[in-house]
Amino acid sequence: MEKKSELLVKERQLVAPGDAVARGLDYLPGAGCYRKNTDIKSKLLGLVRLKDRVVGVVPLSGVYVPKPGDGIIATVSDMQSTFWILDINSPYDALLQLGEATAEYIDIAKTDISIYFDIGDVVYAKVLSVSRSKNVTLTMNDYRAKKLIGGRIMKVTPSKVPRIIGKEGSMIELIKNYTGCHIVVGQNGVVWLKGSNEALAAKTVLMIEREAHIRGLTDRVTAMLKAEGTPGPVEARAEEGGV
Amino acid sequence: MKAGAPEALIVKGKRLDGRGLEEFRPMEAEVGVIPQSQGSARFSFGETKALVGVQGPRPMHPKGLQEPTRTILRCYYFMAPFATSERGRPGRSRRSTEISKVIGEALSNVIFLEDYPKTALDVFMEIMQANASTRCAALTAASMALADAGIPMRDLISSISVGKADGKIIVDVAGAEDNFGDVDMAVATVGGGDAFVLLQMDGVITLDEFRTMLELARNGCATVYGRQKEALMKRYSIEEVSEL
Repeated sequence: MEKKSELLVKERQLVAPGDAVARGLDYLPGAGCYRKNTDIKSKLLGLVRLKDRVVGVVPLSGVYVPKPGDGIIATVSDMQSTFWILDINSPYDALLQLGEATAEYIDIAKTDISIYFDIGDVVYAKVLSVSRSKNVTLTMNDYRAKKLIGGRIMKVTPSKVPRIIGKEGSMIELIKNYTGCHIVVGQNGVVWLKGSNEALAAKTVLMIEREAHIRGLTDRVTAMLKAEGTPGPVEARAEEGGV
Repeated sequence: MKAGAPEALIVKGKRLDGRGLEEFRPMEAEVGVIPQSQGSARFSFGETKALVGVQGPRPMHPKGLQEPTRTILRCYYFMAPFATSERGRPGRSRRSTEISKVIGEALSNVIFLEDYPKTALDVFMEIMQANASTRCAALTAASMALADAGIPMRDLISSISVGKADGKIIVDVAGAEDNFGDVDMAVATVGGGDAFVLLQMDGVITLDEFRTMLELARNGCATVYGRQKEALMKRYSIEEVSEL
């Protein structure tokens, strides 16, 4: 007898590790799920996401695991003559080699590379590669990559970054409009803020993080910003982080 | 029988604390109780209270102990000096080292260790108050704390103790039953009964009694499993919306 495949949960439903999310071989386990016999079960405490036949679970907590192409905010933590080591808010450190940092020719015998990036500097960079043993390399060869000067950084749960950015950057645009802050969001959960009303922007980001899993988020954020911020378009328009 | 033992542990089908033979002490479960740790939980069987915090995955130091293909799970079980009626010596002991080991081995059955190579994952379990079944409470809370920390797991681990006192089989051993009873058996299952990942027993029983106890333990674990799921779901309930 042929068994019919069926989905056992709804999209965006909260599931715990071990919860069966789908039955049958017509569905495929995506990120955050595993297959046990013919069932697909959740690995994580998170929200179900369905894309065609692939069932995944988006975690509500956890650390950042880098993947190639991610735009992240990193802090330089160490420096050698030809590369930098950066803290990327992850269990793994990342390497930025001189050739990936700048396009110009540099004679390392004569140059102290701290004129490009020094220890403590914050940069927006792109993940170039991640090896199987999690050796991470970064590149500045991206139109969004740059050094972030001044401002403040805060950390949020990496899996909630898409909520902070919003659909096509709508949420971040909203915060920028009401606070006049430059905001850059890295996929690794680091948020960089700079502007006049950093405190309100930070408060908003924390609220989004706290309530990311609850529907009607945009309305609540708008209400909060309307009550406390100065509305209207502002000349400040910063590049937004990866979507 | 040892000195200080009560005359009977079971009187007219009721235990010393008034419970029936297969009745649990009241269970409490809560997740996210330590904001400073990546994941945390508390779980209690009556007076036995366990508090667990999870840190990691984080970089493994010293680097020589890193595993290139998986994370290293480090479990630490401690009993607070004030957890028992007589003050305990703080820090690790032979007993706590053993319990840390068996809990670590139970947890490594469900965690996807290979998802985070070269890292360490620390599970700190503290018994705030002890009245038997502390390892069961610690392990149950640990699996909830790991789920709260966003660690990928096959399923939750639930644990319960069963035993024998005055010739009767009992569930959730407590107090005098632990000290003066015939048998105490700690059992942990995956997914409320799919597989056993911990089984420790002292005392003498027959094979039939053992089978009965194991089946009771499996059913008990299913109850605990329900409470764990409930607590995890409550962590992200819709109620906590900011007032605006």
